[in-house]
Amino acid sequence: MNFKNLWTLLSKGFLGHSDDDNADRYRILRRNIFILMILITIIPLIIMAVIYQHEYHSSIKKEIVIPLQTLTHKTKHTFELFFEERLSVIRFIATSYSFKELSDQKTMNRIFNVLMDEYCCLVDLGLINNKGIQLSYAGPYDFLGKDYSEQKWFQEVVVKGTYISNVFMGYRKFPHVAVAVMKRTEDGSALILRATIDTSKFDDIIASMGLNPESDAFLINRNGIIQTSSRFYGEILDHCPLSFPRGNYEPIVTEATDPRGREILIAFAPFSSSDYALVLVKPKSDVLHTWHTLRTRMFFIFISSVALIILVVFKLTDTLVTRVKDADEKRELTFRELQHTHKLSSIGRLAAGVAHEINNPMAIINEKAGLMKDLVAYDDNFQNKEKFLGLTDSILKSVERCRAITHRLLGFARRMEIQLVELDLNELIQETLGFLEKEALYRNIELVLKLADNLPRICSDRGQVQQVFLNIINNALAAVEDEGEIVITSWEEDADTVGVSIQDNGSGMSEATLKSIFDPFFSTKQEKGTGLGLAITYGIVKKMDGEIKVESKQGEGSIFTVYLPKKAKIGSGE
Amino acid sequence: MKNLKILLVDDEEEFVTTLAERLELRGLQARVALNGEAALQIIEADTPEIVILDVLMPGLGGLEVLRWIKAQQPQIPVILLTGRGSTKEGIKGMELGAFDYLMKPINIEELIKKIQEAIESQP
Repeated sequence: MNFKNLWTLLSKGFLGHSDDDNADRYRILRRNIFILMILITIIPLIIMAVIYQHEYHSSIKKEIVIPLQTLTHKTKHTFELFFEERLSVIRFIATSYSFKELSDQKTMNRIFNVLMDEYCCLVDLGLINNKGIQLSYAGPYDFLGKDYSEQKWFQEVVVKGTYISNVFMGYRKFPHVAVAVMKRTEDGSALILRATIDTSKFDDIIASMGLNPESDAFLINRNGIIQTSSRFYGEILDHCPLSFPRGNYEPIVTEATDPRGREILIAFAPFSSSDYALVLVKPKSDVLHTWHTLRTRMFFIFISSVALIILVVFKLTDTLVTRVKDADEKRELTFRELQHTHKLSSIGRLAAGVAHEINNPMAIINEKAGLMKDLVAYDDNFQNKEKFLGLTDSILKSVERCRAITHRLLGFARRMEIQLVELDLNELIQETLGFLEKEALYRNIELVLKLADNLPRICSDRGQVQQVFLNIINNALAAVEDEGEIVITSWEEDADTVGVSIQDNGSGMSEATLKSIFDPFFSTKQEKGTGLGLAITYGIVKKMDGEIKVESKQGEGSIFTVYLPKKAKIGSGE
Repeated sequence: MKNLKILLVDDEEEFVTTLAERLELRGLQARVALNGEAALQIIEADTPEIVILDVLMPGLGGLEVLRWIKAQQPQIPVILLTGRGSTKEGIKGMELGAFDYLMKPINIEELIKKIQEAIESQP
C-alpha cells in the first residue's frame, strides 16, 4: 500500500462521509491518524524491547546458571571423594588384615589409632561377623558384642558389599555417618568392617564454597531429610521444605519461591555413590541484581521513548489535521464563491432574458392602454369617460410597476458591467451618505465617520462602488433601532488594497442568515426587500476582484468589511 | 410639432402601430416600418423629420439603420428604443449619433418631450 492509498483509506474509510458535522469529521481523522502513527512507531519499539529483554534475560541466566552448576558439581565431587577415600581405607584394612587379626581387640585398637592420626573425623571402628555380632571395636562407646543382624544397613552391606549411611545423631547426639565394607574369608563367611565418621568435615566443605550470607548449601538424602546444617531451611534431620527435580547425577538449576517468599535459584546435584544430594540455594535478587538494574533502566528509556513518541505524534497529527482542515476550508470557500458568482451570473442572464421578453408585450399593453386612454380623453362625448380613464390609468400603473420590476432585474444584470475611473473613496462614502442622512436624521441615528486621512485614490467604477456602500449602509439603517449608531471606517489595508467597514449596533444576524446573506432573492425584510441588494453588492465586489466579509452576533450588531483593490480588475463574472 | 413627419421603426407591429396612432392623435404624422430594410426605403422615398428606432430587430438591426441614416441623412435626429434595459446599447447608439434613447415600455409624454428636444436641437 503506497502513501496515496493509505491517505485515501484514512480520509474515506476512517472519516466516513458525515459532511454535516465537520468538527466530528476532523476529530475522527485526528484520532485515526494518531492511532495509526502510534501503532506504526510504538509496535516495533515494543517488539524490539521484548526481544532484547528476552535475549538479555537468557544470556544473564546462562551466565548465572553455569557458575552455579560448576560450583555445585565441584563441591559434590569433593564430598564423593571424601566418602570414597574413607571407604577405600576401610576396604584396604579389611583386605590387608586377616579375620583373626581384626578380631583381636588390641590389633583393632592399634589400627584405629593409626587411622585417627592419618584421617580426620573418624569416630570409631569395629568388626562385625556374618551373624551381625560386633566381634571387636575401637572407639568411645562399648559396642563389643552388639548384635546388628536386624538392622537395615547390615542387610544392605551384605548384599551390596559397601554401605554409606544417612546422617544419624548417635549416642552423644551429634551427627554421624557410618561407612561399612564387607569382606569374604577363605571359608566363605563374611566379615564387615564398619567405621563411624563425624560430619563436621561436611560443614568445612560447604564453608569452602564461599557463599554470601543470603545463600545456603546443605546435603539432603533421597527422602528430602536435611543431612547438614542449613541457614534457612531447617535443622539436621528436619524435612527440607523445598522441592527438587528428579534427574540424573548432573547438577540441575531451577527457579522456585522458598517458604520465606524469596525468589530463589536452586542448584541440585545427587551423589552417584550414596543417597545424598548437594543443594545450593541463592536468592534471585542477588544473582539477578545486574539484570534488574538494566531492566529498570530499559523500562525508563522505554517509557521516555513512548512519551516522546506520543508527544511528537500528537503535535504532528495536530499540525497535519489543521493543515488539512485549512485546505478543505479554503477549497470549500473558493468553491462556494465560484458557485455564488456562477449563480449570480446565471441569474443575471436569466433576468436580462426574462425582462427583455416581458418588456415587449408590456410595451404593447402600455401602448394599447395608452391609446384607449387617448381615445377616451379626446372624445368629449364618451360615455362613462371617467370610469374608462380610471381603468386605463390602472392598467398603465400596473405596466409601470412591471416596468420597474423588469428594469430592476435588468439593472441587476447590468451591474455586472464595470467602468473604471479614479475615485476618492472617502468622498464617495460621504456622497453616498448624502442619500441616506435624512433618514438617519429623522430616526436620530448617529453616523460616525472614521475615514483615513490621505487614503489613496483607487481606480474603480464610481456607480458600482457607490451601489455597494449604498446597499450595505441601507441594510445597516434597517438593522439599527432609532437612536442607534453606524460607524464607517476606511483605511489602507496594504500596498494594493483599501478597506472600508460599516459597523452597526443593530439586531445582528443568526448563523443561518449569515450563510445565505449574499444569495440572490434571500431577504429578511419580508415584502419590503427584493433580496437582490447584497447579492448585487457581492457580485460587484467580486467582479472588481475585491473581498467582502461579514461578522455578526444576534443582539449585538453586524460589521461588513469591504476590501477593494486600488486598481480594480475586471473579472470574468458574466 | 404639428404635422411633424415621424418614422417609427420596430418589428413589434402591435406596439409600433398603436404608438403611431397615439402620436397621430397628438397631431404628428407617423409612418411605420416593421424592419430595417423597409425603414431605409421610406427614408429614401419620403425623408422623415425624426426617426424613432428600435435597437433589436431581426435582419437589419437598429444600430445598422442608425449608421446608414447618419451616413446618408445625418440631419435626421434618431431616438432609440431598447427593450433590454441596458444602457450599453443606448450609449453605443448615442456614440453613433443617436439623439437619445428610451427604454420600453415607454411613457408617451416622455417620448413627445424627447422628440421636441430633438427637433429643437436641430440647427
